[in-house]
Amino acid sequence: MDNKFRVFLKGIFDVSLLMIPVVPFGLIFGVLSIDIGFSPIETMGMSLIVFGGASQIVLLQLFSGGASSLVIISSVGAVNSRHLLYGAVVSEHLSDLKLIWKIVISYFLVDQAFARSNEYFKKNKDKDKYFHLFGGGITCWVIWQTTTFLGIVLGAFIPEKLGLSFAVPLTFLALLVNDFRKLINVIVIIISGLVATFGFNYVPYKAYVIVAGVTALLTAAILTKLNKKNE
Amino acid sequence: MSNWLLIIYCGLITFLTRFSMIALLKKEMFNDRIREILSFVPSAIFPAIIFPAIFLDNSGDFQLENNPKIMAAIIAMLIGIISQNIIATIISGLASYWFLIFMV
Repeated sequence: MDNKFRVFLKGIFDVSLLMIPVVPFGLIFGVLSIDIGFSPIETMGMSLIVFGGASQIVLLQLFSGGASSLVIISSVGAVNSRHLLYGAVVSEHLSDLKLIWKIVISYFLVDQAFARSNEYFKKNKDKDKYFHLFGGGITCWVIWQTTTFLGIVLGAFIPEKLGLSFAVPLTFLALLVNDFRKLINVIVIIISGLVATFGFNYVPYKAYVIVAGVTALLTAAILTKLNKKNE
Repeated sequence: MSNWLLIIYCGLITFLTRFSMIALLKKEMFNDRIREILSFVPSAIFPAIIFPAIFLDNSGDFQLENNPKIMAAIIAMLIGIISQNIIATIISGLASYWFLIFMV
């Protein structure tokens, strides 16, 4: 078997277990987007163009709250700033690639594919290893587009009484499960949450996500510094 | 701004955050300190979505009494801490929410 294809299949295999939580997330996104008033084509377009669960949910949340476009776009940017970290971490493994491959890989650099391929890159040195990230990314892509589509179709049959919008905070809560055990993370989580909740009505232009995020990140910078001094 | 333009801009900024580091940065430009702080981005941003969605109602007012979302979120968080499992967290939260609004 061709080595590229073998690495590609390995990428699909490695990421597949992480796809289980993506299924309800995609369904919820599809259902909510229609609920808020986006058309089925616009909803599908979001998943194809943006291709990022957290970004798309933030887009919906702020759009339905009446935030301006500028605030929505910069909040999406704030949510995405974690990708700067991913890119910086994998860039050393991808530096020899042609520009077109860098563009393709960037489109597919989502949380789950990053997590798995970063482990693979650390252990493997062959020149085709980027196919691992390609395989993982395409798997995420197929699942995300399929579940978005199913959410759009199912949305018409799901009664509002079920309160599915509550699944949004739950999904984000679930993404933080690994951070609840670390003290600094818990403090950062509480600060961000309090600033957002109390600032919701007072921060102009619905920019509460950005204000809370920046405040909490500064807190993290200070706390990690203090933590090091004490060591 | 039309919905489509908004979607395209959000897509562009998402792509650019992913692409910029791969395309432009050398590894050395990111020191350990910046990496460490960036690792806190999920903890710093996600609660700004979570808290208002639980504690505020649709018009942005505090809703602290008769709010099943608070109890359901606490149960989900406890299950999450114990299980360290994303699916178990979401399902336990939704199940306890439905239990509270339909059964109690």
